[in-house]
Amino acid sequence: MRTVMTGNYASAYGAKLCRAEVIAAYPITPQTSIVEKLAEFVATGELKAKFIPVESEHSAMAACIAAQTAGARTYTATSSHGLTLMHEVLMWASGARLPIVMTNVSRAMAPPWSVWVDHMDSVAQRDTGWLQFFCASNQEVLDTIIMAYKVCESRGVMLPAMVIEDAFIQSHTSEPVDVPDQELVDSFLPTYAPEYKIEVGKPMGFGSLVKPDQYMEFRYKAMLGIKEAHDRFLRVEQEFKHIFGREHGGLLEEYRCENAEVVLVAAGSVAATAKDVVDSMRDKGTRVGLARIRAFRPFPYDEFKSLGSKVDGVAVLDRSYTFGATGAMFTEVKAAMGSCQKRPAMKNYIAGLGGRDITPKVLEKVFEDILMHCKRGEESEVEWVDVAGLPRRWH
Amino acid sequence: MTKSYQELPLTPISDTPSTINLTGFWRVMKPVVDISKCKKCTICWKFCPDAAITLVDGVPMIDLRYCKGCGICSVECPSKCIVMIKEGSE
Repeated sequence: MRTVMTGNYASAYGAKLCRAEVIAAYPITPQTSIVEKLAEFVATGELKAKFIPVESEHSAMAACIAAQTAGARTYTATSSHGLTLMHEVLMWASGARLPIVMTNVSRAMAPPWSVWVDHMDSVAQRDTGWLQFFCASNQEVLDTIIMAYKVCESRGVMLPAMVIEDAFIQSHTSEPVDVPDQELVDSFLPTYAPEYKIEVGKPMGFGSLVKPDQYMEFRYKAMLGIKEAHDRFLRVEQEFKHIFGREHGGLLEEYRCENAEVVLVAAGSVAATAKDVVDSMRDKGTRVGLARIRAFRPFPYDEFKSLGSKVDGVAVLDRSYTFGATGAMFTEVKAAMGSCQKRPAMKNYIAGLGGRDITPKVLEKVFEDILMHCKRGEESEVEWVDVAGLPRRWH
Repeated sequence: MTKSYQELPLTPISDTPSTINLTGFWRVMKPVVDISKCKKCTICWKFCPDAAITLVDGVPMIDLRYCKGCGICSVECPSKCIVMIKEGSE
């Protein structure tokens, strides 16, 4: 069914199509309409699920952990302060190897108080052992939820995933979305059947104490799980394409990167704007491309390494900042390209924090700047884009 | 005996309950109940953080295999019928 819907409804329909059996969530702007829509699905009987209203996001994740341990497929959604309140239990979910899928509507952290897009909330959770997928369209949000369950529930992975949409730009903006038939999703995604679960009449202890002589082996297994998720995701997306007729470009989507002089690295909705900018600059004869980070975890190191040896310059746009370092995506891209035979010139652009628009004009200037940066052979640096009081004009 | 990662399940799962760990030997102070003063209010039973108290006809029976001697029951008892004495002082 081809229809028009917001990113939040795309999330809700994604969870419904995957037949989530337990949904526990706490409302927070701008995630609320995901929970409202799912509550409606459950109330009307369209979705046979247990909906647990909870008193906090920490409890929402705890409820999902308990239900998933009992063998149910679970879903939750949150944003910014809600996500960071979950931090402790996010680590429990991954350590317990529970393939929970959650939407995070990425929003700035306060203060200053803000309800608009910024990736700091998501980026701050990168070490929790969750898979993290940034999306650039509402269709991708829906499709990624379906793919995420399939990847996460596979025996070799068994880890949770966060599907990320940008606050308002995606959560509250309507786009055409193809909602696949339930039968097709059922044929793609089998019912959840974990190897171990808590059962009545068969008492077991979960999350037991492990002494130093055995702890590292469990962490090693989780490392193998997320490593497996890389190849599994590529295979699952090909299978998805075979059934649903579309794909979104693997863990790192390369857009017009062939024979590119410089590429822009970005994640989320700004990467969709960047495609238009790449097209118009290519029309004028400038050889630019876009490398869109879809998976922040597992990070596409090999993809970046091979891209790095083909281009002269790389501009990394971070929609968050790691205080005392650089943007988190820049750190990762630089590490991945550090071992390239011919290392490209690199620069980090901090832009769009707290929902500030990153317009096509700004992106054009970023491309022009990285081209100049390559020519001058400057050392890599971090530049804050479009900050009032700084001398450079971006509009 | 350390197991190789291949031998381990995905996450630590135990088929024995944690009650196999007898924690009573941690105790320094021991609760002693004067049943004659007990009003059967069950407050001690509700407050015991280790579920080491069972009620027999409403009167507390403390399972010394698990009681760590925290003294919460003694503090909470409104009729002061639980006193803490030093382990081994009897």
